[in-house]
Amino acid sequence: MSPESTGTARSAMSDVTELNLKETELTLGLPGTNNITTSSKRAFSETTVFTPTSSSTSNPAPKAQAVGWPPVRASRKNAMRGCKYVKVAVDGAPYLRKVDLEKYESYDQLLTGLEAMFGSLTIRNHLGNGAEYMPTYEDKDGDWMLVGDVPWKMFVESCKRIRLLKSEASGLEIRRTELKLKEKTCGN
Amino acid sequence: MQRMALSFPEEVLEHVFSFIRSERDRNVISLVCKSWYEIERWCRWRVFIGNCYAVSPMMVIKRFPEVRSISLKGKPHFADFNLVPEGWGGFVCPWIGAIAKAYPWLEEIRLKRMVITDESLELIARSFKNFKVLVLSSCEGFSTDGLAAIAANCRNLRELDLRESEVDDRNGHWLSHFPDSYTSLVSLNISCLGSEVSLSALERLIGRCPNLQTLRLNRAVPLDRLANLLARTPQLIEFGTGAYSSEIRPEVFSKLSGALSGCKQLRSLSGFWDVLPSYLPAIYPICSRLTSLNLSYATIQSLDLIKLVSQCHNLQRLWVLDYIEDAGLDALAVSCKDLRELRVFPSDPFALEPNVTLTEHGLVSVSEGCPKLQSVLYFCRQMSNAALITIARNRPNMTRFRLCIIEPRTPDYLTLQPLDAGFGAVVEYCKDLRRLSLSGLLTDRVFEYIGTYGKKLEMLSVAFAGDSDLGLHHILSGCDNLRKLEIRDCPFGDKALLANAAKLETMRSLWMSSCLVSYGACKLLGHKMPRLNVEVIDERGPPDSRPESCPVEKLYIYRTIAGPRLDMPDFVWTMEDDSEFRIS
Repeated sequence: MSPESTGTARSAMSDVTELNLKETELTLGLPGTNNITTSSKRAFSETTVFTPTSSSTSNPAPKAQAVGWPPVRASRKNAMRGCKYVKVAVDGAPYLRKVDLEKYESYDQLLTGLEAMFGSLTIRNHLGNGAEYMPTYEDKDGDWMLVGDVPWKMFVESCKRIRLLKSEASGLEIRRTELKLKEKTCGN
Repeated sequence: MQRMALSFPEEVLEHVFSFIRSERDRNVISLVCKSWYEIERWCRWRVFIGNCYAVSPMMVIKRFPEVRSISLKGKPHFADFNLVPEGWGGFVCPWIGAIAKAYPWLEEIRLKRMVITDESLELIARSFKNFKVLVLSSCEGFSTDGLAAIAANCRNLRELDLRESEVDDRNGHWLSHFPDSYTSLVSLNISCLGSEVSLSALERLIGRCPNLQTLRLNRAVPLDRLANLLARTPQLIEFGTGAYSSEIRPEVFSKLSGALSGCKQLRSLSGFWDVLPSYLPAIYPICSRLTSLNLSYATIQSLDLIKLVSQCHNLQRLWVLDYIEDAGLDALAVSCKDLRELRVFPSDPFALEPNVTLTEHGLVSVSEGCPKLQSVLYFCRQMSNAALITIARNRPNMTRFRLCIIEPRTPDYLTLQPLDAGFGAVVEYCKDLRRLSLSGLLTDRVFEYIGTYGKKLEMLSVAFAGDSDLGLHHILSGCDNLRKLEIRDCPFGDKALLANAAKLETMRSLWMSSCLVSYGACKLLGHKMPRLNVEVIDERGPPDSRPESCPVEKLYIYRTIAGPRLDMPDFVWTMEDDSEFRIS
């Protein structure tokens, strides 16, 4: 590896790192919006219903609920309001939880909800760094996909279960691919 | 007198005992003397095991060699609300393996909150030649393949009831595995299944089973097929519809109405998913016969509900959503004087603001108008002490009272006081109260009332209540008949638990989650009480890795003569009597 390309690789990596450091809030974007700057992040949030800072009672998003309260069985909840409970497994956490996909209106809300549910995880999609989790899901056909690849409604319809993978396994692959891309674009 | 008793031949005693059906009475009989114990155990046909971990299969088999009917319960009640993590336990496999060998003439298996696999279902199907009843209530772990094995092999099956179970529903073909020669079905409940069953197979099945009394269909069965199904079973007593909507077609409506009217014995209706109100009048002709109505999935508004219940003069049980509102409950109080049980479920439990006008008023109305009301489950958003006192005074015959005020720690909305006095009145006036669930703002005072007056109380559920250990102490020291206690998010800690350790052996189980019981106290309890299993459930990893004073996440304590269980997942630790550390 020539010094220039290493330097380029390193600076590309630090670009990625810097982006991540800025984005301490979840910044999942739809495909094609990987290089999110803070201004477009705000724009993205505005297009969704959920605004984390809003606390007015007109906010249609449900507030954080205690698990299992009120005490309504899942089967009953599932029958109403088009509930859709799916199991969520997290690498390294000893047990599964269930989440109602119908409670959310976007990937943004879902991943924030998952982060809250599992304590202090941070979840990334496509961009990965450090001890963070990659959200994946099993669809109707039994295939494992990256969360965020399809429009939200389609995801809710086809998702059977969710698994948050520790990024060491998957993030490394993504980073390597990214680095290769940056090498190609910046090295010339 | 003694000589006379001794000269009674065993056969006579056995004959006398055969009239004693209740398990509790049987248990008492077996304690009279050794010979009664022996005689009784040889003629016990029905065994109920309220906690599958309280005893081992071998112990049951050894004591009762002639069992024909077994009931088992697994997970704690709070598992219904996702408080018990997946994989916790309740695996029925070792039981099925043991009873398959020991009881070839077994006829009935009833399971609640247990995990059962297809392999176990296949073993059941192969092992019991006279198998008649399978009830799987809130169970999971199996698929429709297991059901196919039951259908194909159990020639004498009378009852197949899957109520509220989570089934891996691969397809509806399993139903076709009932052979053409099979005609003994009496009760079928498939309401929890997701996919479509073959309707022609279903029609043929119920058409050839003349003794069918109960048929509860799943959501996928369309409305326009109901008339055909009902026409084949005019002797039906209990019926559950599928989705209750269809394009409005007059002939569908009239055929359905005719078919329902044709079932002269029909007393109970359920199902009613996706209700189209225009089809409700199809039921009107049979309303006056109905004793049980489950509309808890029906998203219909108050006016339609009023029209319906006003005609149900013989109604004893009503399950409904809070769309019924206070006005609907007023109508219920006027029209349904035979009402025994009312359950009102929340249509939108997570809405920040009330979406319907359902308040304490509706429950007060029903308590005034329905003299036989004894069982209540009520979700609402506001309550007052005055209302609770009125309800208690109106209905001293109440035996089950479960109130859920949706927002935790909500005070009396009129006085802003805790609801201690209101619930205190409930336990004081309702002297036969067996089951109670609390909610709203509550201090230690309410537990003082419960300990003082709740002498017949068997099951108590507590959430977001109390101030100190005194609260727990009142319950454990006062409630003489307490069997099940479940507590979440209360500031109860070590003192009350350790001071009342002996009490725990008189109960079936105690659940405590998000409370203040320390790991040290759990260990101490485990050491002191060898006939209790003290199980710590903690997602944060081994409790040893934290200070002893650290509160555990969840705690499940139950009496047992089978010792610590061996099937625990890696987030459950049993506090051992002899060693401190779990050998992994």
